[in-house]
Amino acid sequence: MRGDRRLFSGLDLSVSPGTFVQLTGPNGSGKTSLLRILCGLLAPAEGEIKWEGANIRSLGEEYVAAVTYLGHRHGVKDELTGIENLRISNALNGVEISKDRARAVLKEMGLAGRELLPARLLSEGQRRRVGLARLLVCKTKLWLLDEVMTSLDKGAVALVRSLIQNHLTGGGIAIVATHQDLELSTDRIQRLELTT
Amino acid sequence: MLRWIVWRDLMLAWRRRADMLSTVFFFVIVVSLFPLGIGPEMQLLRTIAPGVVWVAALLASMLSLGRLFANDYQDGTLEQLLLTPQPLFLVVLGKTLAHWIVAEVPLVLIAPLVGVQFDLSRETLWILFASLLIGTPVLSLIGSVGAALTLGLRGGGVLISILVLPLYIPALIFGSGAVTATIIGTSPAPHLYLLGAFAIVALVFSPWATAAALKISLE
Repeated sequence: MRGDRRLFSGLDLSVSPGTFVQLTGPNGSGKTSLLRILCGLLAPAEGEIKWEGANIRSLGEEYVAAVTYLGHRHGVKDELTGIENLRISNALNGVEISKDRARAVLKEMGLAGRELLPARLLSEGQRRRVGLARLLVCKTKLWLLDEVMTSLDKGAVALVRSLIQNHLTGGGIAIVATHQDLELSTDRIQRLELTT
Repeated sequence: MLRWIVWRDLMLAWRRRADMLSTVFFFVIVVSLFPLGIGPEMQLLRTIAPGVVWVAALLASMLSLGRLFANDYQDGTLEQLLLTPQPLFLVVLGKTLAHWIVAEVPLVLIAPLVGVQFDLSRETLWILFASLLIGTPVLSLIGSVGAALTLGLRGGGVLISILVLPLYIPALIFGSGAVTATIIGTSPAPHLYLLGAFAIVALVFSPWATAAALKISLE
């Protein structure tokens, strides 16, 4: 429910570890709102979200520590370099990493040689990669990704795909709003289509 | 954790030094306009000095408050800050502390220098420095509530002034009162104590209020 508008109702979904949920629907159907509700930024008008049997409102920080949410805005500071962005965002989430580790992670994301440039000098796709680099470091169980594949090239999409694949085999859950078919090699795929 | 937030915001401010410097220059220029406009009437200048310096400090802090959360809001990092596994008031406290260091401490340091234009005695300049040192944290703390409430609104800059400036009045009264007391030869201590008490109350309540306001603004 945004303002007076009912975006979706009667939504009942339970997700077990190792499951990939693909969230589709036309623009404005509430994919972002749903993901924001799931990560706790937005309160649902009705109903509740439970994590391991407990309401996420009562779990509070315990739940937040299990979740990584990447929105369609990058969450990357233009003034900071890739390494600084990565180290700070991880440190704030409780995972402190060294400069060398950050450098290695960015290299893995295909940003070798660009680690020390301020993010404003990077292209849209490269900035997206800096934001996505967090997924390589974080140890959270639930990933909520909102249209993170936009402005990525083929190589980067393949990278994200393998990241999600590893996450799922490790018993993680990924709820992803995307229209691309990721062709994951797992049978635990749920599709959720929102309509307007 | 607090360390990382403060470090992050200080680094960001350093990369955008022009913003910081413009606040300081604004303060220096506003304060300097009065002696130039009034002329060399020492008695009058001494009388208005505390009020002028303090009002200029309030207005200068208005300039920087808009940026406290707005930049992070636009690039989505504020969302990420809200989703870190730590109490939100700590995040807010860290950002407010960084704002104080970046936007207010330079004013505190330069105030005795610009105060010289008002023919203030050395002792008075020290009290001016002390009153600003105790009082400016109040400006950052209360200002952060206003910044969080007006986040994402059009014309937020004006709205923030209307919201926050009235709440600054106690700090203004006791802060400039301390300096005036020194000028007329009484003890500034009661004013400074009250200012300190006000700062502590602001420190206790405003991070919570700001955290709540941020949650509402980001819904």
